[in-house]
Amino acid sequence: MTDSPEPFIQIRDLHKSFGDLKVLQGINLDIPAGEMVSVIGPSGSGKSTLLRVLMTLERPEQGEVLIGGEPLYSMDGEGHTTLPPKAQFRALRNRIGMVFQHFNLFPHMTVLRNVTEAPVRVLGVSRKDAKAEAMKYLDEVGLAEKADAYPAQLSGGQKQRVAIARALAMHPEIMLFDEITSALDPELVGGILALLDRLGKRKEMTMLIVTHHMNFARQSSDRVLFFDGGVILEDGKPDDIFTHPTHDRTREFLKSVLEV
Amino acid sequence: MSFAPPFDLLPPLLVGLGKTLQLTAGGILLCVLLALFAGLGKVSGIPPLRWLANIYVEIFRGTSALVQLFWFFFVLPFFGVSLEPMLAGILVLGLNSGAYGAEVVRGAIQAVSHGQKEAATALGFTPRQTLWRILLPQAVVSMLPPMSNVFIELLKNSALVSVISVHDLTFVAQIHRADSLRTTAIFSIVLVLYFAVAQGLSRGMSFLEKRLSRGRDLGGVKA
Ligand SMILES: Nc1ncnc2c1ncn2[C@@H]1O[C@H](COP(=O)(O)OP(=O)(O)OP(=O)(O)O)[C@@H](O)[C@H]1O
Ligand SMILES: [Mg+2]
Repeated sequence: MTDSPEPFIQIRDLHKSFGDLKVLQGINLDIPAGEMVSVIGPSGSGKSTLLRVLMTLERPEQGEVLIGGEPLYSMDGEGHTTLPPKAQFRALRNRIGMVFQHFNLFPHMTVLRNVTEAPVRVLGVSRKDAKAEAMKYLDEVGLAEKADAYPAQLSGGQKQRVAIARALAMHPEIMLFDEITSALDPELVGGILALLDRLGKRKEMTMLIVTHHMNFARQSSDRVLFFDGGVILEDGKPDDIFTHPTHDRTREFLKSVLEV
Repeated sequence: MSFAPPFDLLPPLLVGLGKTLQLTAGGILLCVLLALFAGLGKVSGIPPLRWLANIYVEIFRGTSALVQLFWFFFVLPFFGVSLEPMLAGILVLGLNSGAYGAEVVRGAIQAVSHGQKEAATALGFTPRQTLWRILLPQAVVSMLPPMSNVFIELLKNSALVSVISVHDLTFVAQIHRADSLRTTAIFSIVLVLYFAVAQGLSRGMSFLEKRLSRGRDLGGVKA
């Protein structure tokens, strides 16, 4: 998507704490455009926090993040994080989308309205064009016939599909998925993972996917990150990580999750 | 004591009721505006707005409505501001209930799940768009039942204005009691009239609540 030789997402020495709890302790990561990256690791290791920092839902206290070469977070002389001017920050943030574990659909809006509201209000697209586009995305996730339903009338799996369509309608270059199948009944998980796989194969977006589904991480992603204690302990091709991890911690983690 | 049919009492009492309705309607209007401003002020990211809202709410919740009424009617003139009794009444009723209403508005906004705000941020909505298009429309539905209580409390408080000689329902009742000594009849009618207005208010609010929650998830906590 970008012609520059540098990686699309560059993260340098990123730190984030909650009070005394150090959650991200120096994340360094380069991701080329169009890559589909799975993020795995034990509970509390900071996976969600990294995604939330990238989505600007949390502010890091130290470190740098560049998106397409432009600073989302940069450092001042003392190493503290500073933000770019508001307009630039917003513009950059609008190139990133996120899908959440608990869907977070707007319950007072129909499915169609959920998908069109941000394009209309944020991007200034006309209602008519937004609607046409929304129907395209709803069709893509298999829910065109639910356009006039309210979220309360949908199953969990359908809600999550709408949430994905809603995020896609903003044409993000980067999409963040935080355990988007964890709140779903088991029989609905496969469909959502297949949808993710399809999106990843197109290489139109750079995707970061936090997941507990090891088969998915191994078979669908271009790359796997193993998080532990707020750092990226392992970073490589899925097959390498799953067949010969370099750290004991990774082996223990994989053993524990593959056993259940 | 006489128990003559009280038909002759109805016309003056209905005139009093008219005043009570005016006070209540004016008070509710002011109450809603103040509750909205102060409630939004309380959840605002701008510290001076939060302080202002907090000071207002604390002052009007922490003092009695009767004393507020005396103050507006008898003290303000010393500062060169004389208010018509009706106006003083509406102001105090609105200001007093607005302080309670502000807590209702604040509570309802904060009760909308945090995920709603995060989803809005992730989609690029500005904080203002998030408030007006995402949080408030969901909060309004859950504001209505507690607001209904605030309005009924306002109606009941409106009887206080008889002390600054607004000729409301309670005031008219007292005058006629002195005249005719038909205490039982008069106050029974007054009781029924207040009750009828309160019922009207509470039914109106339930109707609004049903209309607004049609088709959608109540409270927006789950979706
Ligand atoms: N807003 C917050 N305030 C305080 N502590 C927080 C906050 N958010 C996260 N934490 C803590 O930070 C740590 C890392 O949380 P994070 O959600 O990033 O973990 P995770 O790797 O996503 O775990 P899981 O697999 O359970 O989702 C946890 O100990 C968590 O309790
Ligand atoms: Mg998490």
